[in-house]
Amino acid sequence: MKCGIVVFPGSNCDHDVYHVLSHVLGQETTFLWHQETSLEGCELVVLPGGFSYGDYLRAGSMAAHSPIMAAVRRHAEAGGRVLGICNGFQMLLETGLLPGAMRRNRDLRFLSVDVHLRVERDDLLYCSNYRRGDVLRMPIAHAEGNYADTEEALDELERRGQVVFRYVDAAGRLEPTANLNGSERAIAGICNAGGNVLGLMPHPERCAEEMLGNRDGLGLLAGAVAVGGGRVGALAAAGG
Amino acid sequence: MTSQDNRFVARVLVYPRAEVLDPQGRAIEDALGRIGFDGVRRIRAGKSFEVALEAEDERQATEAVDRMCRQLLANPIVEDYTVEWVSE
Repeated sequence: MKCGIVVFPGSNCDHDVYHVLSHVLGQETTFLWHQETSLEGCELVVLPGGFSYGDYLRAGSMAAHSPIMAAVRRHAEAGGRVLGICNGFQMLLETGLLPGAMRRNRDLRFLSVDVHLRVERDDLLYCSNYRRGDVLRMPIAHAEGNYADTEEALDELERRGQVVFRYVDAAGRLEPTANLNGSERAIAGICNAGGNVLGLMPHPERCAEEMLGNRDGLGLLAGAVAVGGGRVGALAAAGG
Repeated sequence: MTSQDNRFVARVLVYPRAEVLDPQGRAIEDALGRIGFDGVRRIRAGKSFEVALEAEDERQATEAVDRMCRQLLANPIVEDYTVEWVSE
């Protein structure tokens, strides 16, 4: 599957995602500069992590108005796959492709630690390598990941099953101490109504190889490039 | 609102909405207490922008700044904004 990774000034996880998609999963992968207006036929578009525009104004707010985002919006609205990781998730919120907004972390600190996530949906393409209730370990690295929305909007999000990942403890339990950034309802990742747009704060690309001591994130990126929604052999092919 | 040759200056104030937790404001509030300022009831930490623009008239200037606020300067989900007009 042709994959495009959008590069903004200040992106810093673009090469990590490229490495996993291209070298680990064997996908045709290209970088797309944010000032371009075409997605060059890419089927999966990744908005990577980093500090686009130095997080000026609000994280992701400047990138949301980059020239390429009009094409990303059209792609998403036509059912195309868009994956936003960390700063990319913030951009998806700022463009309105996903609902909600990010606040500063509850304790105002930049958090760079491993967290545990519970998979809430396994009928999504992205989660086709996981089962509902699975607990994954993934790193987070952000200062603005404290997900917020109105109570009514949060209820609607839950009702429509758009919460895909929640911060939990190692046993998969919802505990306030496991929700480090203070997100409403411990939300770590959400999708749109169609399930083709996914945003999450944790970094699956940083835990996708055995060499790194953790490959819990590989299944997500493998799911993102899965053809026809079926499980892919990528996990077995990657060894371990 | 003052105008000179159709030039306007707006001061846009953006604050976290009242019902939204404002961790920065809370931290500043705590710090003020620690250095001896009693009686501080609340701190909201926000941002301000000075927008100098040209417009046909006051109505157009007001509309333009309002659109700027909704599309970029503020995030209406978690922030409220107010606009004041100042002389340059």
